[in-house]
Amino acid sequence: MSYAVKSVSQGDRELIAFRIGDQEFCVNIMSVREIRGWTPATPLPHAPAYVLGVINLRGAVLPIIDLSARLGMKASEPTARHVIIVAQVKSRVVGLLVEAVSDILTITDDNIQPVPEVSSDLEKQYAWGILAIDKRMICMIELGSLFPETESEAA
Amino acid sequence: MDMNEIKEIFFQECEEQLAELESGLLKLNDGDRDPETVNAVFRAVHSIKGGAGAFGLDDLVAFAHVFETTLDCVRSNKLEPNQDVLKVMLKSADVLADLTNAARDGGYVDESRSRALVKELEALANGEVPVASAEAPKAQPKPAVAAPTDDSGFQPIPFNFDGFDEDETPADAGQVYEISFKPRRDLYSKGNEAALLLRDLSRIGEMSINCDLESLPDLDKLDPEESYVSWMISLRTTRSEDEIRAVFEFAEWDCDLEVRAAEASPSGEELPMVPVPFDLSILNDDASAEAPAPSPTRDAAETPAAAAETATEASKMAAAAARVERKESAAATAAAAAASNTAAAAAGQTIRVDLDRVDRLINLVGELVINQAMLSQSVIENDTTGTSSINMGLEELQQLTREIQDSVMAIRAQPVKPVFQRMSRIVREVADMVGKSIRLVTEGENTEVDKTVIDKLAEPLTHMIRNAVDHGIETPEKREAAGKDPEGTIKLTAKHRSGRIVIELVDDGAGINRERVRQKAIDNDLIAADANLTDEEIDNLIFAPGFSTADKISDISGRGVGMDVVKRSIQALGGRISISSRPGQGSTFTMSLPLTLAVLDGMVVTVAGQTLVVPLTAIVETLQPEAAAVHSFGANQRLISIRNSFCPLVDVGRILNFRSTQANPVEGVALLVESEGGGQRALMVDAIQGQRQVVIKSLEANYTHVPGIAAATILGDGRVALILDVDAVVAASRGQSLKPEMSLAATG
Repeated sequence: MSYAVKSVSQGDRELIAFRIGDQEFCVNIMSVREIRGWTPATPLPHAPAYVLGVINLRGAVLPIIDLSARLGMKASEPTARHVIIVAQVKSRVVGLLVEAVSDILTITDDNIQPVPEVSSDLEKQYAWGILAIDKRMICMIELGSLFPETESEAA
Repeated sequence: MDMNEIKEIFFQECEEQLAELESGLLKLNDGDRDPETVNAVFRAVHSIKGGAGAFGLDDLVAFAHVFETTLDCVRSNKLEPNQDVLKVMLKSADVLADLTNAARDGGYVDESRSRALVKELEALANGEVPVASAEAPKAQPKPAVAAPTDDSGFQPIPFNFDGFDEDETPADAGQVYEISFKPRRDLYSKGNEAALLLRDLSRIGEMSINCDLESLPDLDKLDPEESYVSWMISLRTTRSEDEIRAVFEFAEWDCDLEVRAAEASPSGEELPMVPVPFDLSILNDDASAEAPAPSPTRDAAETPAAAAETATEASKMAAAAARVERKESAAATAAAAAASNTAAAAAGQTIRVDLDRVDRLINLVGELVINQAMLSQSVIENDTTGTSSINMGLEELQQLTREIQDSVMAIRAQPVKPVFQRMSRIVREVADMVGKSIRLVTEGENTEVDKTVIDKLAEPLTHMIRNAVDHGIETPEKREAAGKDPEGTIKLTAKHRSGRIVIELVDDGAGINRERVRQKAIDNDLIAADANLTDEEIDNLIFAPGFSTADKISDISGRGVGMDVVKRSIQALGGRISISSRPGQGSTFTMSLPLTLAVLDGMVVTVAGQTLVVPLTAIVETLQPEAAAVHSFGANQRLISIRNSFCPLVDVGRILNFRSTQANPVEGVALLVESEGGGQRALMVDAIQGQRQVVIKSLEANYTHVPGIAAATILGDGRVALILDVDAVVAASRGQSLKPEMSLAATG
């Protein structure tokens, strides 16, 4: 999404930070439509483990993604305290299950550090940059790369 | 409104005009000789030409012009609209439609075909018609767009028309006509302009005009939309009376027009009235005016007194005209459309609405229905007495929402007419190609059904029509040998029956050749050589995949893709198709389709703790299996015996991966379903909750296609339930795996 235009600098970026396990992540606030509480989802047959199912979002059928499982960490066990971040990913709307929303950050590009060389492809794929704020490390996620769209167009 | 929007409106109108044109021609083809039908056809072509001219679509204009000229011959009874003539005209209508599409979005036009038709049309017009007469209507005011409404230019200046035609018509030749032209109120309300008509008239001869202001009331009593002014015209021309009348052709229903030949006399001498100065100078603002600028001085010098006398009245008239014109400019576009439809029967009032808006409304109403159901449910849960006023209110709310839903669905409902009309073109073209003579009769074309169904109906119907023409109807020789009318008939009917639309396609051809079908099926390994089949079973073999009886593969009915494709697409719409055939007398295909694709009648069932919806159309019957009826078959197959035949049991929960082991059939319910490719299966579910009408929601919008699942819906408790794709589940039970086609699932 808008991360792709890395050259658009100078201006401030607004990000939503959230917690999964003991790690913190953030996404561009412009891609977030709303944040809502967890409701049980209707499971989909033959879906990968990180697709928890679909819920009714005011009449639209919204798939719920366990972001923890999607990022290769252990699968969440959703409770009433979990939240769903409803985000626009390209032309689609998906719900991302996270433990809690922790912060809204305003940063400039100077705050962004490049992702260190790591061996895992998965991290390299979704991590776009790293923020160091108040001794916390927050990983910037590129949602578009987590949910590629091209194949489904053909399906 | 920018030019593109106006253009879009023009093309939408073109579509209507083309439909009008085609239905008119078909009426003529059926022997209708009502002049009004001919007029309607002519008007349609003329309007397309006019609009196309305004947008500079030259190809379209050129073709429409030739077409119009020929139609004009029919209209003036110079050309008898017999079958041959109409054949050419119907083809021309097709080409006109192609050209319109090409102008709209660059579709394909067979140029050689359109050139050949131009020649044929010209041959029909056949020189009987002087080119001039074809020119006359061309000078008609073009529908809309350009009518100048600049009232400030209206200053009465006396002048005469001598200057107009000197080079065209010798002053001392021709016949003098006395024309009385009295426009009615409707003429102006439809966007016509008397002055433009008079100008056109001035082009065909030497003319002097007297304006009759007798009935013009005082300004305070004047109704700006009323017509008060009439004209007496004395016209000296070499043209015929018909040609004079042709000038008024679009206005003739809205004015009192009298044309009579006067005795030839020197021009101007015997005019009974004092000439009233009349100004046409504003008309020259119009780009299309080719007339030389009038020379007012000469006339002014001749009749200064008259000019003075009528000055007051003229200014009165100017005021009236100005106001009329302002009114017109506001309604310009709309009025133009109306003008081209002058005599068309007053249809019900309609508005054009963007389909997206309707869809949004339908979605919202879907929400409302769900919300209402949720509300009812929670009230019932909390209110044990069931007598409170809340309950009564809820019941009323339920009725209201249901009514709203029905009304909203009705908005999307459209008559099947456009699809049927497209079919008549296909019949013509295919019949031509295979050298058969075939008539298409349609019935019930005003039967309404949801627009999405209509859109998806065209393809299978086209296929079936082609099949009927190619295989169903015999060649004229064979038909005559069989003692039948050499012209074959295909009848297409639509009607409503118990909440569905039923479309029947009947041909009076040879019927299904059961011997050949049987042989073919044996050759293709569809049935065993010694299979004992009823006639009906043989007939239905044509729906089997890969079956095609055409001995030679033709362009017309495709290569091996045959009726199985048709059956599939009908089933995809939630419909059914069946055939009945009588040898030597023809075949009947019957399709039954749901009226809408937005809602579905479903059976709500429970499978492994999940709620699923099974489309009711797929279910043949439901039954409670008894332990004695369930038989194990091989390693993990199970069959159930139903009335002495064995039917495979399919555990839906297992197929969808909701559970890892097969459920005990005796504890559940079996839904007997019939699926594509024939054959019945018993789908095992845990329990039936009930039947319900559900609103279909797309899964693909935010996720991806899920194998075995057709769509989703939202139940009364607000949760999402999945709608089962019965065909896919049955296919999976045959061993074809449900392949997940993932995208959100795709790991990089």
